[in-house]
Amino acid sequence: MLPPSYKDGMLVPALIYGTEKLINEMDKGVFEQVTNVATLPGIVRAAFCMPDGHWGYGFPIGGVAAFDAEEGVISPGGIGFDINCGMRLVVTNLQEKDVEPHLEKLVDRLYRSVPAGVGASGMLKTTHKEFNEIVEHGARWCVKRGFGWEEDLDRTEHSGCLAGANHNDISDKAVERGHDQVGTLGSGNHYLEIQVAREKNIFDKQSAAVMGLTIPDQVVVMFHCGSRGFGHQVATDYLKKFLNVMAGKYHIPIRDRELACAPLKSPEGTAYFSAMKCAVNMAFANRQLILHKVREVFADVFGRSAEDLGMHQVYDVCHNTAKIETHEVNGKKRSLLVHRKGATRAYAAGMEDVPDIYKEIGQPVIIGGSMETGSYLLVGLPTASETFYSTCHGSGRTMSRSEAKRHFRGDQLIREMRDRGIYVRAASLPGLAEEAGPAYKDIDEVVLATEIAGLTRRVARFQPIGNVKG
Amino acid sequence: MKRGQYEYLEDIATSDVAFRATGKTIAEMLMAAADATLEVMLTEPSSLQPRVTREITVSAANEEMLLFNLLEELIYLKDAEQVLLRVDAIDVQRKPPGGYQAVALCVGDRIDAEKYTLGVDVKAVTMHLFSVAHTDAGWESQVILDI
Repeated sequence: MLPPSYKDGMLVPALIYGTEKLINEMDKGVFEQVTNVATLPGIVRAAFCMPDGHWGYGFPIGGVAAFDAEEGVISPGGIGFDINCGMRLVVTNLQEKDVEPHLEKLVDRLYRSVPAGVGASGMLKTTHKEFNEIVEHGARWCVKRGFGWEEDLDRTEHSGCLAGANHNDISDKAVERGHDQVGTLGSGNHYLEIQVAREKNIFDKQSAAVMGLTIPDQVVVMFHCGSRGFGHQVATDYLKKFLNVMAGKYHIPIRDRELACAPLKSPEGTAYFSAMKCAVNMAFANRQLILHKVREVFADVFGRSAEDLGMHQVYDVCHNTAKIETHEVNGKKRSLLVHRKGATRAYAAGMEDVPDIYKEIGQPVIIGGSMETGSYLLVGLPTASETFYSTCHGSGRTMSRSEAKRHFRGDQLIREMRDRGIYVRAASLPGLAEEAGPAYKDIDEVVLATEIAGLTRRVARFQPIGNVKG
Repeated sequence: MKRGQYEYLEDIATSDVAFRATGKTIAEMLMAAADATLEVMLTEPSSLQPRVTREITVSAANEEMLLFNLLEELIYLKDAEQVLLRVDAIDVQRKPPGGYQAVALCVGDRIDAEKYTLGVDVKAVTMHLFSVAHTDAGWESQVILDI
């Protein structure tokens, strides 16, 4: 914990979660950035950083901060450029031995059906009018048109749509950038994986069964992506607008321009909150359409319907958002705007917005690891109230992109991973090299740290066998 | 037209890409920064064929925002029109009281993964440690791109 005396202007302490090893490995920027967050007007309790935290811009990646909904601010730098970047997990009733003979065909087909890489556009061509509907209605727009199942919405954070998104708050540029990108994966650390839940990696059999993990060596599909160019443009537009009013109009000192913010209740703050919700909804629709494509590919390759293959969505979580939530602070319920940037909401059993099927076990939390190591399914705990029920989002980078490219080659990685039983299709070989396993922190250590801190509990660990890389 | 130089920086960003671009004039520095941004998305920028042209006009209240707006426009066109562009020539004019306008003539090609070795997508220009400075040698900028 870094007390308010650590830096001039800190209104609350800064709390960094992690094991000794993780905290020692964290870059210095994390400490600088999380203490900057603690100076923002209206911040409540503390500025937090999760165990996968690393140097970002404005907030650290892994940052969590809640602001009073009446007196506090909203900051695009506390959400990230890729608004509602998130994870979705779907199970199948197939075992590894059923998938193995078809693995290459499956991955090749997924690579073709879910466009990835620089500037990729999707199969769904929407008019501006349709796109405006998507940003206001999110995943529901897709399900209404047959791109998904009604139950998918019940198993998505906020049922796949944040209310209060108004397309009048987004720019024409944002629409132009994103309207052809619904159903695309993106690039960088975004991916779509076929994974296996081996019996030794099921840590909580009861919760795993509720989430649909019931057979040995069960095959699941996990993917990671966000709001694509649309969300990036929304963030850029408002970052510039906020910088123009932050100091002059609202008298908030600018310590770091990426911490640009405005009062939530100001005209600028209200407009950004609405535009951000549009991007949140676009990302929900994006992941919904990708799920639809995944189901189509599996159905085609196995000659059975997605229903027959038991392709139920487990859950969809966001890890770059700000949302109004009610939390207890010093014994009083307060309405707070909770920013999570590279952090995941992890509601405990019985809490509101936890789907009925998970009411008794808590909200599923999907954690993407590096493409070589594995990923996790966790569950929210009642002991996470301190962090406003937030936990980590992934393993977190530890090596810069240039350094990774010096150590690894994309073509060599593909061969080595194939030898280890992971078949990869990548939109970019240099991009693949940047995502090599050793460029990331130890996912097991990160997840263990959240368990020790009482934020989330491990349910299952997944091993990748097929990977589509953006 | 003479172009400035750029180099990628490792110590200031973990998950993103940082670079320093320099030039004797603002125009040279702007072209170098555009080159650095292009190379993140296209591994060999010299392989880019001149099949499409675009004229980009950006204005800003200061040198920093001029650079920010130029790079932002190139990233916007990458998604909106699916083109990768190299700035071929750029004309920078002062706009009193302290502002600038730049007209950039860009050439490039449609994004084609079969034809080009693509790198990683650039999501945005960040304001994190973003700077443009007038130095003894000319102009120097530092940029972190969100990946």
